[in-house]
Amino acid sequence: MRLFSKILSVGIVTEPLDNGGEEVELARQVAAKTQKLLGRAVGIREVDAGSCNGCEIEITGLTSPIYDLERFGLCFVASPRHADMLLVTGPVTRNMEVPLRKTYEATPDPKLVVAVGDCAKTCGVFQGSYAVVGSVDAVIPVDVFVHGCPPEPSDILRGILAALDRLPPK
Amino acid sequence: MTLMGTLVTGAIVCYLAGALAALLGNDRWGRILGAWGAASGAAISLSLGMVALASGSVFSAVFDFPSLTGFALRIDGLSAPFLILTGLVGAASSVYGAGYSAAYTGVYSLRKLGALFNLLLLTLTLQVMADNALTFLLLWEAMSLVAYLLVLTEHREPATVRAANWYLAITHVGFAALLAMFFLLSAGDLSTAFDTLRANAPVPTQRNAIFILALLGFSAKAGLIPLHVWLPMAHPVAPSHVSALLSGVVIKMGVYGFCRIVLDLMSGGPAWWGGLALALGVASALFGVLYALMEHDLKRLLAYHSVENIGIIFIGIGAGLMFQSYGLMSLAALGFVAALYHTINHACFKGLLFLGAGSVLHATHTRNMEEMGGLIKKMPRTALMFLIGAASISALPPLNGFASEWLIFQTLLGGSHIPEPAVALMIPIAVALLALSGGLAMACFVKAFGITFLAIARSPAAEKAHEAPLSMQAGMGILGLACIGLGLTPFFVVPVLGRALAGLDRLAWETTVFSLTLPLNTPATFGSMSSPLLAAGLLILLGLIPLALWVIGANRRTRVGDTWGCGRIAQTPRMQYTATAFAEPLRRVFAELYRPTKDLSIDFHPESKYFVQSIEYQSEIHPWFEKLLYQPLIGIFHRIADRVRWIQAGWLGLYLTYMLVGLIALLVLAWWTP
Amino acid sequence: MSAWFVEIFQVVFVVALAPGLVGLIRWIKARLQSRLGAPPGQPYRELGKLFHKEAVVSKNASWIFRFAPYAVSASTLAIAFLVPVLVVPRRLDMVGDLFVVVYLLLLGTFWLALAGLDPGSAFGGMGSSREVTVAALAEPTTATAIFSLALGAGSTNLGAIVAAALNDPWTVLTPGHLLAFAALFIVAIAETGRLPVDNPSTHLELTMIHEAMILEYSGRYLALLEWAAWLKLFVFLSLLANLFFPWGIATTLTPGALSWAIVTLLVKLALLAVVIAVMETRVAKLRLFRVPELLTASFVLALLAITSSFLLR
Ligand code: SF4
Repeated sequence: MRLFSKILSVGIVTEPLDNGGEEVELARQVAAKTQKLLGRAVGIREVDAGSCNGCEIEITGLTSPIYDLERFGLCFVASPRHADMLLVTGPVTRNMEVPLRKTYEATPDPKLVVAVGDCAKTCGVFQGSYAVVGSVDAVIPVDVFVHGCPPEPSDILRGILAALDRLPPK
Repeated sequence: MTLMGTLVTGAIVCYLAGALAALLGNDRWGRILGAWGAASGAAISLSLGMVALASGSVFSAVFDFPSLTGFALRIDGLSAPFLILTGLVGAASSVYGAGYSAAYTGVYSLRKLGALFNLLLLTLTLQVMADNALTFLLLWEAMSLVAYLLVLTEHREPATVRAANWYLAITHVGFAALLAMFFLLSAGDLSTAFDTLRANAPVPTQRNAIFILALLGFSAKAGLIPLHVWLPMAHPVAPSHVSALLSGVVIKMGVYGFCRIVLDLMSGGPAWWGGLALALGVASALFGVLYALMEHDLKRLLAYHSVENIGIIFIGIGAGLMFQSYGLMSLAALGFVAALYHTINHACFKGLLFLGAGSVLHATHTRNMEEMGGLIKKMPRTALMFLIGAASISALPPLNGFASEWLIFQTLLGGSHIPEPAVALMIPIAVALLALSGGLAMACFVKAFGITFLAIARSPAAEKAHEAPLSMQAGMGILGLACIGLGLTPFFVVPVLGRALAGLDRLAWETTVFSLTLPLNTPATFGSMSSPLLAAGLLILLGLIPLALWVIGANRRTRVGDTWGCGRIAQTPRMQYTATAFAEPLRRVFAELYRPTKDLSIDFHPESKYFVQSIEYQSEIHPWFEKLLYQPLIGIFHRIADRVRWIQAGWLGLYLTYMLVGLIALLVLAWWTP
Repeated sequence: MSAWFVEIFQVVFVVALAPGLVGLIRWIKARLQSRLGAPPGQPYRELGKLFHKEAVVSKNASWIFRFAPYAVSASTLAIAFLVPVLVVPRRLDMVGDLFVVVYLLLLGTFWLALAGLDPGSAFGGMGSSREVTVAALAEPTTATAIFSLALGAGSTNLGAIVAAALNDPWTVLTPGHLLAFAALFIVAIAETGRLPVDNPSTHLELTMIHEAMILEYSGRYLALLEWAAWLKLFVFLSLLANLFFPWGIATTLTPGALSWAIVTLLVKLALLAVVIAVMETRVAKLRLFRVPELLTASFVLALLAITSSFLLR
């Protein structure tokens, strides 16, 4: 009962998403058909290709009541077979190169790839390490990069919505 | 001669000719001709049963052969269903055996196998016609011995000999009980016709003794708990087409005998008879399926399922007897009809499954499920047949297992009419346990089919598997069709069986209860089910769904890729779920019943125990209550045998002396008694 | 003629509303978690998307894998045809009774479990193994609850049970009836994979039951399976609602009675949806080996239901 009285007193805490957007970089233009199909319901599969887990903590924030990505029809799914979008973090390490490619192959078309964090684009502090293969787009085609180390949840959300071309109007 | 007389003679001639051909022919022709003899004989048995059923209760013929004094045969409504199942399974397994036994060429004697197979079918066919105790017992023993020799086919394997010995021992315990039972029943004269026995009822105390002895004797053959131990031993080691016959037909003779004596000759008894049969049935159903779940030997798994299904049949019989004792006649009839229906159904799907398992064994040379996998790609037709059998035995609609289990459930629901609340309360528990064993059977056959036929081959042998030859496919096809056919026609099967049973004059049968309309209605419109409509509906829906997908313009592209395994580099067969793992949750749930032994040994690295070199885990399940029951008995036998060993000196003179002493003793006895 | 039309309409109605019910439960749950949540119509969008995506099938899978979604949805649809949703007496009562419904459910489980094993993935095997375990252990409760319902109505036919409860509204309040309801409710939760038996929104493979089996499916196959699972939930809930609280269900085929039946059914389902959402917010998932205890408890409830109806007869 205490649980439910707390639920009642807290109410809805989800914050509306404003439109910032410098942190999001469109790498490739998404086809209109894909946008139309995936516009309202997207399953997201998160792939940690070798990040420091900083990005993961921010991504976890997306499911919190504050950011609540479900309101946009997005949800994390358990298998790439169910997914429409891969959310890739970190520089791609040698060990994760094949798994990342396999995950990409396992995802049914049409699909989108959002690379999260500076590492995914530039390998960040791991640049030049012998254990790193390269940025995410060296392994699989990327649609959107989200900058930041780590990026804020709202930036990641904006990145995802940019890939779907569904950003709220300015 | 009447039509049935001709058919009986024809069947006997066919079997004998088949046996002769097998004995005299060479390996190839003997095998083929023997199979032809058996198949045509079985076809005649089948038509004999059908003729008997079609002519209904009116027809009953007595065949007396003057050369065989005291030998009496008679076919009535109770024999007919068993003739039909003998014919069905016999025909299928002899066709199958023609191809299957070819693998024995040069290894074991094909002649003996072919001849004995024919003889077994002959004794089975005659068994259900026996019309006096002498005939019954003689055929019973002949059938048991022939079956024993057939189990011994692969006699160079020690496991086979052990299994055959167990079978022989238990079947003779049963035989002794039957002998005593018939002596009591016929007051010493074994050649009294069953008709006379039917008329004079023994006194109640004797009746109880007769019932107990009959239950003991017939449950040893049927494989009811606790006399089931020979089933999981003998069925796997016999050649697969023989296993099909053992499991499909031979154990059903126990059911036949029980019905013949308790229902027909004694016309039922007090309520506790039915209650005992019901309780044993429930126990067998549950324990059979529980042990089947833990089994990885495909044929042993099937054998344990025979224990389960015999249990289900006895649930029907027990309920029938109980209702009869309370005067609820139409419910009693329903119970027996359900039991008989399930008997035929079980013969079909268990025969089919054993034949399927035989094809797998033929292709992979192993019975161990952990070494199979992926066979559906190598042997698609066998897989399809096994799937039909698996779905039938799991009582999935609209196949035959469902029809009869549904009927048994409906019978049990009638338990609410039993006037004594204490007794009536047992019925829902039986319903629950029957439902549980049904659910577990489904789980078990998901395992049996899934691990054997699906996913990736787990061993090189499974990778090199091949489809069974045409004759074996044909054998499986016959039973597969029978499973579907019997499942779709309960509206026809049930009234026919009911009429046949009514011919015994032991169960009041309201002909209006089961009408020939499409849905199957039970007394007082308790529930209704129509499997043909159900099947049609499912088929229509199966067609409509792709159509609907097409209408909404669903994407039809399919890409073939790797199995998803969290991005791991390669998939090996060792990553799949095994049969053991599959059954693990249920093993944990029923740990109290299984009492598994665990043996974990870990080899640590000499430097540090944080590095493990190898882990070995062994866990075994021994049916503990079998040990509890049989170990003391075996101990006693050993002790007695030790005591009396001195009698056996292996010296001829001594044995002749024994004979002489015995003869004199007999003469003296004969002289003393008036 | 119009009777058959109503039968068909009933199924179309159920099929069409099933995703909405799941969306509603999710929406209520989101609100209870202080989130905005996806609109209740979200499952429809998901289906639409899945139907238009390609399907990826494992190279190890056989025809079983491709056929299973059709078999599962056909058996679930067949159940939808048999269960009284809006009208009694049923035209299709003679096709199957409550036992048939139970075994049709098992048919779906059978195919789905085989499909879980087919691609040879460890997750699928795990899911199948657990699913059949839960399904088997739920069987005794189901059968006993049917027994107690049949005792009251004198029939296992669904239409007859509902009609009996309608004729004699006070039976609804007998202890036998209420206990059987509690027992079947637990079974419904176990069968439809809701908390605390299975977590429909889990992402951790090791805790999955239903999800683990469909982990390999994508595109239209996944859509069919999801839809079938939602349909199963809808049918189970309306079965519970109508068997135990049949008020409002139409007994004539007039438009007025029908629309009243629709309204009452929707209200009953919405109430059940709230109950489920609140429960799922309150309880955590049970460890797999605690699930048998829950099911045993439900079995005891069902047995008590029978005992009480025997004694109160
Ligand atoms: S971008 Fe920053 S937070 Fe993200 S993985 Fe790289 S270093 Fe870690």
